[in-house]
Amino acid sequence: MEFLTVLASDFISTLKDVVPIAVIIFGFQLLVIRKAITNLKKVLIGFFYVLVGLTLFLQGLEQALFPLGKLMAAQLTDPAFIYNGMASVPTIIHWQDYMWVYIFAAAIGFSTTIAEPSLLAVAIKAEEVSGGAISVWGLRIAVALGVAAGIALGTFRIITGTPLQYYIMVGYVVVIIQTFYAPKMIIALAYDSGGVTTSTVTVPLVAALGLGLASTVPGRSPLLDGFGLIAFASLFPIMSVMAYAQLSEWRVLKKQIKSEDR
Amino acid sequence: MKAQFSIFLRYFLSSARDLASIIAVIAFFQLIVLQQPIPNVGEILGGVLLVMLGLTFFIRGLEMGLFPIGESMAYAFARKGSVFWLLLFAFSLGFGTTVAEPALIAVAQEAASVAAVGGVIEETEMAMSRYAAGLRYTVAISVGFAIVLGVLRILKGWPIHYLIIAGYMGVVLMTTIAPKEIIGIAYDSGGVTTSTITVPLVTALGVGLASSIKGRNPMTDGFGLIAFASLTPMIFVMAYGMMF
Repeated sequence: MEFLTVLASDFISTLKDVVPIAVIIFGFQLLVIRKAITNLKKVLIGFFYVLVGLTLFLQGLEQALFPLGKLMAAQLTDPAFIYNGMASVPTIIHWQDYMWVYIFAAAIGFSTTIAEPSLLAVAIKAEEVSGGAISVWGLRIAVALGVAAGIALGTFRIITGTPLQYYIMVGYVVVIIQTFYAPKMIIALAYDSGGVTTSTVTVPLVAALGLGLASTVPGRSPLLDGFGLIAFASLFPIMSVMAYAQLSEWRVLKKQIKSEDR
Repeated sequence: MKAQFSIFLRYFLSSARDLASIIAVIAFFQLIVLQQPIPNVGEILGGVLLVMLGLTFFIRGLEMGLFPIGESMAYAFARKGSVFWLLLFAFSLGFGTTVAEPALIAVAQEAASVAAVGGVIEETEMAMSRYAAGLRYTVAISVGFAIVLGVLRILKGWPIHYLIIAGYMGVVLMTTIAPKEIIGIAYDSGGVTTSTITVPLVTALGVGLASSIKGRNPMTDGFGLIAFASLTPMIFVMAYGMMF
């Protein structure tokens, strides 16, 4: 019974998300475009599926992954775990002591990105539009590697307490340089992949990790230092996707040179 | 019926594969690194099953509903040829999908408490909720503006990187003059604005527009709307932080 009420409240909150979009779409379709929607029944069923899908998805996450993930983030960042075997928590912290936190950050960043539905949606479209030159899995893995590196570096920043903006600005410079060398067709998609990685699955888990770290590392405040992981997670995929395209272009080039040699 | 079922089964299996890595990571850290048993195994397995079912329905729904409607509307606007209505649609889509976004509401509330602790606003319920609401509308307007800019780019065929580089410069410039407390939140707000329903719709719109306009390539011109939508909120939120 309790399960059903939770499910119902999830359904209503998803509905609240979908209704404004549906109003805009159908409003413009009927008032501005003034044409019947082709396959109206199929489209409506599709909307209904999206609604049902997101409801079940959120419910499942809240029931299974979020509590465990948040608990683990809290346990891993707990000084009792990090300074296990030491008499007391040292006053000067070394960033090397947090090795498991970095590994966890990278692993959770990678795996939540693979499961992120909006990234999957963009990857499906990209494969379709590029005629298979960009594969769904290639893109997803490239983005996930970017998020993994980004979040690991983000936790390093929280632990060392260095200013966020320096990291981001250096990231921007790298992105701009890469833009001029990367294959043209990937650029817009790479920029997009920064924004799509951080939604339903990644944000709650990563936010929990950031807040957990900032509240347990001595000298950090959760309010001022807890933010910024999402920013890393949306900057690094841009680099990794461009790198993926550069790498595949380079491999094709190398193959051509080899075959010309023969 | 049977064909429908086999499509669902295929999606279901691929959702299972998508989730396998999360489960592996959590199990490894819980059992080997933290050396603790996994609590409520039954409930967790039930939850994982729900996530897989949910992902399956979501992807099927995307292909039946969100993708086709996004594209067909892009074609219809391109045929109609009215730039005004297209841009109005773009703005409504960006604004409407962002203003109700739960992740944004959560971030706005946290931002309000940061501002209250930092002494920027009064530490009262009312001042904080007013600050949060203002921030939410600021972000929603900025996303609406971003989609308009992105659609204009597709219409005119401007190369994306100049606009993005200009945006980066805007972010850097704002960072140097904005209050320090707001920077972390502003940078994060770029990532949280684009929801799971917005992304497919906006992507379909962009790709649909680029493929229906002569001389535009859906691959180089169709993408990029999301990029704007995650860049402009950073600038707008820092501007909002400076007003107090």
